[in-house]
Amino acid sequence: MPKRWISVARLKQFGMLGMNCRNVDFINRYNARNLFPLVDNKLKTKLLAQDYDVPTPGLRFVVREQHEISHIERQLVELDSFALKPAKGSGGKGILVVTGRKGDDFVRSSGALLTIADIRRHMSNILAGLYSLGGASDVAIVEDLIAFDDCFAGFSHEGVPDIRIIVFKGYPVMAMLRLATHASDGKANLHQGAVGVGLSLDSGRCLNAVQFSKTIKDHPDTGRRLSEIQVHGWRDIMVLASQCYDMTGLGYIGTDVVLDKVLGPQLLELNARPGLAIQVANGRGLLPRLRHIESLTARRRLSPEQRVDYSMRHFAEVDAASQPGVP
Amino acid sequence: MNQKRTFYTILVLMALCGIVLAVMRHIMTGTPFFPGQEKSVWLVEARVDFEADGGPVSASLSLPDVKTPGFELYEEQAASPGYGFAILEENGNRRAEWTKREASGEQALYYSAQLVESDDDSPSNSDEPTDQEHRVYWEDAQELAAKQVLDRARETSSSPESMTRELIKLLNSEDSQQNTSLLRAEKLNDAELLMNLLDRAGIATRSVMALYLEDARRRQTLTPMVEVYTGEEWKLVNPETGEVGLPPNVLLWHRGGVSVLDVAGGGESRVAFSMIRQTVPAAELVQAKNSDSVFTRLGVQRLPIEEQSMFKFLLLLPLGAAVVVFMRVIIGLKTSGTFMPILIALAFLQTSLIPGLISFVSVVAMGLLLRSYLSRLNLLLVARIATLIVLVIFIISALSVIGYQMGYSTGMTITFFPMIIIAWTIERMSILWEEEGPKEVLKQGGGSLLVAVLAYLLMQTQMLVHLSFNFPELNLVLLALILAMGQYTGYKLTELRRFRAMDEL
Repeated sequence: MPKRWISVARLKQFGMLGMNCRNVDFINRYNARNLFPLVDNKLKTKLLAQDYDVPTPGLRFVVREQHEISHIERQLVELDSFALKPAKGSGGKGILVVTGRKGDDFVRSSGALLTIADIRRHMSNILAGLYSLGGASDVAIVEDLIAFDDCFAGFSHEGVPDIRIIVFKGYPVMAMLRLATHASDGKANLHQGAVGVGLSLDSGRCLNAVQFSKTIKDHPDTGRRLSEIQVHGWRDIMVLASQCYDMTGLGYIGTDVVLDKVLGPQLLELNARPGLAIQVANGRGLLPRLRHIESLTARRRLSPEQRVDYSMRHFAEVDAASQPGVP
Repeated sequence: MNQKRTFYTILVLMALCGIVLAVMRHIMTGTPFFPGQEKSVWLVEARVDFEADGGPVSASLSLPDVKTPGFELYEEQAASPGYGFAILEENGNRRAEWTKREASGEQALYYSAQLVESDDDSPSNSDEPTDQEHRVYWEDAQELAAKQVLDRARETSSSPESMTRELIKLLNSEDSQQNTSLLRAEKLNDAELLMNLLDRAGIATRSVMALYLEDARRRQTLTPMVEVYTGEEWKLVNPETGEVGLPPNVLLWHRGGVSVLDVAGGGESRVAFSMIRQTVPAAELVQAKNSDSVFTRLGVQRLPIEEQSMFKFLLLLPLGAAVVVFMRVIIGLKTSGTFMPILIALAFLQTSLIPGLISFVSVVAMGLLLRSYLSRLNLLLVARIATLIVLVIFIISALSVIGYQMGYSTGMTITFFPMIIIAWTIERMSILWEEEGPKEVLKQGGGSLLVAVLAYLLMQTQMLVHLSFNFPELNLVLLALILAMGQYTGYKLTELRRFRAMDEL
């Protein structure tokens, strides 16, 4: 019979980072408030990423004003597939993925059909700030769809699998692959039922997988064995994540990266308040790693590649030991 | 580390400061730490507002007798800068008179009285009726109608008391014929109409202006009532309900035909009352009032009563805020809207818990239903929220009216809920519903309600109400507590469950 609660002592033993500790000791301390808009606004992140040569999915156009929506079909006519997002949306809210056309209608990733009126309504909801924090007015961005890499074939239901890497002071400290399921309705949010797969920092292998805070072995929809996951081009992904520190100046961020079949790793979005479920997916606590990076005395600025090499080397040992409870 | 130590030292000092101040106040002013069971003392404040014409001004306000049925006047003051003030006796009526040589613009005059509940009967209860007449001139048709109504009432009654009751019943019944509507066509209020009719029946009456005393109310007005002479004594009658006798918590402010308020040299005059009940025993209250220590001067009790009753609620807010912080930081409960639960808890204080809960849940549920239709209309967000606000007001009015028709006057108290907050709550919950499903809605809605109920239970505890109002400095302790929780970096209770999968490895 699975336990319903875990003791504080056990959590401390694992070095689990709690929400209060994250907010007080890491977000408040390492993330300057004035930098938050850079990551809370996807459009700003995207433009910033272009300045730093960080690849992101191609931006098609931005809808800023309500009146543009009335003749939006002229701009959509040449797009077969696209993703429509609110710039200030959080937690994947308000993202509409269109994978194809059927006559005049649009086909959603779930297979449902949408009319142009549905698209218009969604856009005007975005502009009115329905999905933004605090209901502030927003802009809608339309960007290219990712053709996800073959290494994920059979591991995701409908949605695009994305890789969340926590980067602390420029060092990647923990990684997780998020797979959409039928239960999560094609979304990659863990609390909605997506599968979280902890990835080893040295190689991008699967360490452990959870759904609804419970350990699982196979993907609930496709039945594929999750332990077979091995992400292609792992080091490139880690370097891309690490670059985001130099790009934003935020000390504690979650980077969401997707792997495109042709274009390679692409930065999807950044999060200045990354969640804590990644620890459960990894079966490891963040705290020992964060404290270790904090204790590093930086004599000179390291390049993203150097930091990634350090993380891959240093935290690989922790993974190889694979003994939870021994920091 | 050092920084942290300083922080906690300041917190401890702050809490100690609050406690020491409270103890000193207790010693120096004698304000008790525990709410007493003694008779309650009502502080009633009358506020006279008028527009002065620029010349000499004199305002005269009728005052309650020293001994009125159920109450005894303990102390009275008037506060009106620049005005001369005197209390005059005019053929049995006490009147406050304010005078000033020159005044222009808005004027506000205050009179406040402390009244102690007493069981003594008022001596004026057995006065002989004098030959006063309240008769107004009626047309023949109306006189005839009055006669018929009186005849009907006389048939079914045996004494002045029962006659009055029957008359009120006839006047209020909906199925009676044109007679009563003919009488009602005159511009008379219920009390005047009743007195006119009773005059014609040869029963002596007196007009009375009564004040309903309810704790922490502001801007109340006087209610006209009638006293009927039964042959031995005067009996109070409520002309709207026909209830005979003095209800509890009703103060007879004014008696007789003269006006309550006279203002010469000004216009647009009106009088409004605020009141507050104090749990402090009368003897100690006086001691606190008279002593001239810093504490009395800095106490909330020195403010006008209108502000005091505001403070009674305001000083409870830190308690609610602390509950919210505790539930979110230590327990880890999700609520929709950070401090929305406190506002709901405040509303519960007015409506009382069960009716409040029922009406809140039903308003939000109906709102969600209507909102699901709105989402199909493709409205802009601001317009949608505005629509919701209007709908919420419709729902609340409908519930109040239906509740009232069904005989629940509690339905009316729904209006205490902050409508705009409710509209936003409905909007957020409905989005939550669409995005995360009904389970999350129940979770967050339930969380909010749970926090609101907890905050309410604390905020209505007599002990805490007494302490927060009489010892405002104790809020420093709460503040220190909130600040300390703001630095808490340990696990939340819900995280012990959320991370339970770690044990399965």
